[in-house]
Amino acid sequence: MKILVCISHVPDTTSKINFTDGDTKFDTNGVSFVINPNDEFGLTRAMWFKEKQGASVDVVNVGGADTEPTIRKCLAIGADNAIRVNADPSDSFFVAQELASVAKNGGYDLIIAGRESIDYNGGVVPGMLAALLDANFVNTCISLEVDGTSATAVREIDGGKETIKATLPLVIGGQKGLVEESDLRIPNMRGIMMARKKPLTVIEPTGTASQSQPSSFSKPEPKGSVKLVSADNLDELIGLLHNEAKVI
Amino acid sequence: MSVLIYAESENGSLRKGAFEVASYAKGVADALGTTVTAVTINVSDVSVLGTYGVSKVLQVSNDSLEKFQAKSYSSIIAEAAKAEDSKVIILSSSTNSKYVAPLLGVALNAAVASNVVSLPKSTSPFVVERTAFTNKAFQDTQLNSEVKIICVSSNAYGIKEAEGSAAAEAFSPTIDSGSLEVVSIDKATDKVSIADAEVVVSGGRGLKGPENWHLIEDLADVLGAATACSKPVSDMGWRPHSEHVGQTGKPVATNLYIAVGISGAIQHLAGINASKVKVVVNTDPEAPFFKAADYGVVGDAFEVVPQLIEKLKEFKSAN
Repeated sequence: MKILVCISHVPDTTSKINFTDGDTKFDTNGVSFVINPNDEFGLTRAMWFKEKQGASVDVVNVGGADTEPTIRKCLAIGADNAIRVNADPSDSFFVAQELASVAKNGGYDLIIAGRESIDYNGGVVPGMLAALLDANFVNTCISLEVDGTSATAVREIDGGKETIKATLPLVIGGQKGLVEESDLRIPNMRGIMMARKKPLTVIEPTGTASQSQPSSFSKPEPKGSVKLVSADNLDELIGLLHNEAKVI
Repeated sequence: MSVLIYAESENGSLRKGAFEVASYAKGVADALGTTVTAVTINVSDVSVLGTYGVSKVLQVSNDSLEKFQAKSYSSIIAEAAKAEDSKVIILSSSTNSKYVAPLLGVALNAAVASNVVSLPKSTSPFVVERTAFTNKAFQDTQLNSEVKIICVSSNAYGIKEAEGSAAAEAFSPTIDSGSLEVVSIDKATDKVSIADAEVVVSGGRGLKGPENWHLIEDLADVLGAATACSKPVSDMGWRPHSEHVGQTGKPVATNLYIAVGISGAIQHLAGINASKVKVVVNTDPEAPFFKAADYGVVGDAFEVVPQLIEKLKEFKSAN
């Protein structure tokens, strides 16, 4: 089985979010970047397929040279090859087109992307990629088994879950549940050394135009401080929720 | 040229999110000087949509659509968009709508903006405001494609009633059913889902064990709320993963979020930040949640929650 895992390079959850250039660009100053958590669950599931069922695992990222440490980390975790499409990931449509081009050339059976990236939270790339490839697609995927050319996936739905059978090639928008947090791997020294020798191919974008562009960013108003209510006076809390917040 | 919405339903009834999407679409249609058309799938009574600004309903009825399939739903909405010559299509932010939106985007060569929180800031160029960085920022995005798809963030715009009525007509598109097979659906039907809820009551490690979850459930019952939990609680198996809210769990954007015995790790707060009013009950006054909450009670959940349930019952019967 040939697996492609799509990787976003995103600011760590604990990062301070600031903007520069008149609030038009994300300020990367002092920010540490990580593998997008939803992608990391998928990458770890891909490692499971590789070890238990036999598979080759490629990772792909659309980004500038600054994303290479994140890509190398994927190789250190155990991916075999990496591809970087050398372009600014300007919008979901653009990224999906570039990923589709890589996917078509590679002839993959299974393409794993994260349900959404934790930076722009678009949640659009996996579905667009599947549609561009005319492949089967399961979003918010929390479990995936593959037997030959057929897959059984479980998808989270509002208030429950749904089990789906699909034939390969398949694209999933994955999330926690594909593996658990405790299954995630910290690269060891051997993995890190080996990753240095693994191929990281840089290719130029196909040149599709974007359909949208961010024009500016803003931050929510700073929140007022919490109103504390005594545990002996819960009527006050109910009064505040009714009269002031107007939510009950 | 009408603004098209997909009015989501479940078991033949429109979901609450459909009314918010209709209300939002009415606002967009007014700005563009046009009307709102809705597509419904297997809903027999659609007249209520008129109350939220929909003028026309394309009613699809087909037994093969009983189970949701993203591909077939996308093909129906795409054909409706072409029939109506719609340039703006609006969906909710439910799990299913977010599943359909990118497929529809490719079918119509349209830009997709998800998590949109307010009416377009301008319609030429077309600029919408959406949340980014897991609710830590807002992003103005300019959509340059001819057709635009917007997923409205839940509870961000609200439901607004409008004058008028909706004319329904049968619509029979060609359905591309795809090749996925839904084998089974496992869903609690007697509970409010987190996505549909206006109030969510959520429990953390402070509850000390799954045997104490009746406190969360009873409080949720009084408020007509959905129940949720923090990540450690789902990791320890006290509650199913589907109830886990936070960055790697479900996002929550409700009017009222009540956190009981949750300290407020940054990943948890990222997932619930979009909720309008946050209440925390925790024994530890230093818990980070108190910095994120609007109202706080420093106290033991086992004392505070039962009292709160009693007092809310009194309040509900008096109001």
